[in-house]
Amino acid sequence: MIERWQEWKHDRRAAWVAYIALALLLAAAPFLTDAALGRSWVRILDFALLYIMLALGLNIVVGYAGLLDLGYIAFYAVGAYVYALLASPQFGIHWPIWIVLPLGAGVAAVFGVLLGAPTLRLRGDYLAIVTLGFGEIIRIFLTNLNAPFNLTNGPQGINLIDPVRIGGLGLNETHTFLGLAFPSTHAYYYLFLVLAAAIVFVCIRLQDSRIGRAWIAIREDEVAAAATGIHTRNVKLLAFAMGATFGGVSGGLFAGFQGFVSPESFNLFESIIVLCMIVLGGMGNIPGVILGAILLTTVPEALRYLGVLQQALFGRVFVDPNDLRMLVFGLALVLIMIFRPAGLLPSVRRRREFAPDQAVLAQEQASLYDSQR
Amino acid sequence: MDIFLQQLINGLVLGSIYALIALGYTMVYGILELINFAHGEVTMMGAMVCLAIMQALLVGAGAPPGVALALGLAGAIVVCMALGFTIERVAYRPLRRAPRLAALITAIGVSIVLQNVAMLVWGKRYISFPPVIELARYDIAGAHITNLQIAIVALAVLLMAALLLLVHRTRLGRAMRATAQSPDLAALMGINPNAIVSVTFVIGAALAAVAGVMVSAYYGIAHYYMGFLLGLKAFTAAVLGGIGNIAGAVLGGLLLGVIESLGAGYIGDLTFGFLGSHYQDVFAFFVLILVLVFRPSGLLGERVGERA
Repeated sequence: MIERWQEWKHDRRAAWVAYIALALLLAAAPFLTDAALGRSWVRILDFALLYIMLALGLNIVVGYAGLLDLGYIAFYAVGAYVYALLASPQFGIHWPIWIVLPLGAGVAAVFGVLLGAPTLRLRGDYLAIVTLGFGEIIRIFLTNLNAPFNLTNGPQGINLIDPVRIGGLGLNETHTFLGLAFPSTHAYYYLFLVLAAAIVFVCIRLQDSRIGRAWIAIREDEVAAAATGIHTRNVKLLAFAMGATFGGVSGGLFAGFQGFVSPESFNLFESIIVLCMIVLGGMGNIPGVILGAILLTTVPEALRYLGVLQQALFGRVFVDPNDLRMLVFGLALVLIMIFRPAGLLPSVRRRREFAPDQAVLAQEQASLYDSQR
Repeated sequence: MDIFLQQLINGLVLGSIYALIALGYTMVYGILELINFAHGEVTMMGAMVCLAIMQALLVGAGAPPGVALALGLAGAIVVCMALGFTIERVAYRPLRRAPRLAALITAIGVSIVLQNVAMLVWGKRYISFPPVIELARYDIAGAHITNLQIAIVALAVLLMAALLLLVHRTRLGRAMRATAQSPDLAALMGINPNAIVSVTFVIGAALAAVAGVMVSAYYGIAHYYMGFLLGLKAFTAAVLGGIGNIAGAVLGGLLLGVIESLGAGYIGDLTFGFLGSHYQDVFAFFVLILVLVFRPSGLLGERVGERA
């Protein structure tokens, strides 16, 4: 079975067939979901794509460069607020997405460097708590910057944010192409899909590039990396900036999609969930991170059906499913980590660390005992 | 000047509670190098269990307030000890040899589970602390201090002294320190590292239970979500003092409490009225970042050499 799969994987033509099938599936996904599960699930799909972008950004910092960042959501917040301030009635500025989104990404990158610069000497858990503090500082400022002058409108957040407009078409309305109706959720789905695909492409190209290898070298051993001529300071700052950029882009898209931002969307729990996505899926491995993001966005939503399940099993609802779902979610996190500590789809390197090739191991043991005899 | 003294007193009370919780973080970290994210939730459980027992005794059995409080505290300690033991066994021990982030995620999972269990059992409302303590106020040089505040600080100091004695003067403490240095070598000396880890979790959980009861008595309320911010503050305190260092946790806790309340009192003056007292947490984190920039392993932490 596995051998056949290996053979199949190296067959060029089969790979193309698989890619085309995947592309068709992704293109049809919103319509299929709409028909099967309803419009609300298309929205969840949109959020899954946003979280994929976010998780891939954090994956650069945590997965590649090994810098534990617990305040990553701050960059998402920065991107979202840049969009919200420059495309809403808050200041009466209505700039198009082509200016606002790159600007948001840029500002987020600057914040990434601001966070990275003072923390270069910190390691592991010290870095974790400083990034966490940074995330909280950003959130508290967003909550309180409605006085003395009203910048962020405080805890109420900013409302009536302009929807994304591309080529004169507002993505908040239903448009019809070739006899097919594209409601707002579908339109955003395709926009997010294109950007997520672009980010996946960038990540794949980064991973084996000179920079990507430098990040991995720093993750494995910073001293050795510096000794081989890697400029650790610049490379670490680049990781922070790059991760922050992706966070800023997804934050801007979030603001346009949601039409509303408030500081509460950017609390510590969000940072932790994004971290869970990459650790659960398989740190440093792009398919794993994507899987983790999809699972952690859809599973909590699917668990809303626990009420229906109780009804079917026992004839009545014992516990409010909304109260139960986070409990089940927490249990799932614990169980998955206990049974798959390297994540669901670990990268090749991690898989080798966890299960060294069985044949090689047996041989080594054999020779060891032979020599003792 | 009286404002300064008042904020200092408030800060020390708050700080001694932080310190008790921070001790749990730092002891576990010293031995396992694991951030026990669920520790804040254990604190919350301590408060909730104590309140439930007290409610039952006061309303159900008509027990005198002092007895109810003592039994509630004892019950909370026992339940939290059992909880700490179970959490370590179920969620952390299977991952002892796994990468550290995996254990961090199970810790987060456990804390989500505990929060939601508490919410299912006790509901989403704020639970008020029954009036079992008769408050008395004393004046010192223009500042107020209550008997409750004195009791909190005294009990915290007593517990910390007992812990220091335990760690530095007993056989068990020596075994704990040996395990923190090297579990494998400790095992060669006839110490059972697993038992020591369990004991560490149980002691930390007991301290957390006491701290939880103190917090709910001090603020007069308990809530299923209270453990999150408390745990965060206590962890910050542990890092500030140098995580893994017991004296550091105490120092960090007290310092954080004082910084926070002084910050809340003076931040307006410091920034010419630009920032109000809602920025109290910003102040705490800002000081933390500043300290770590100049002392990357905390105030009392040992300078960790580069990993070979």
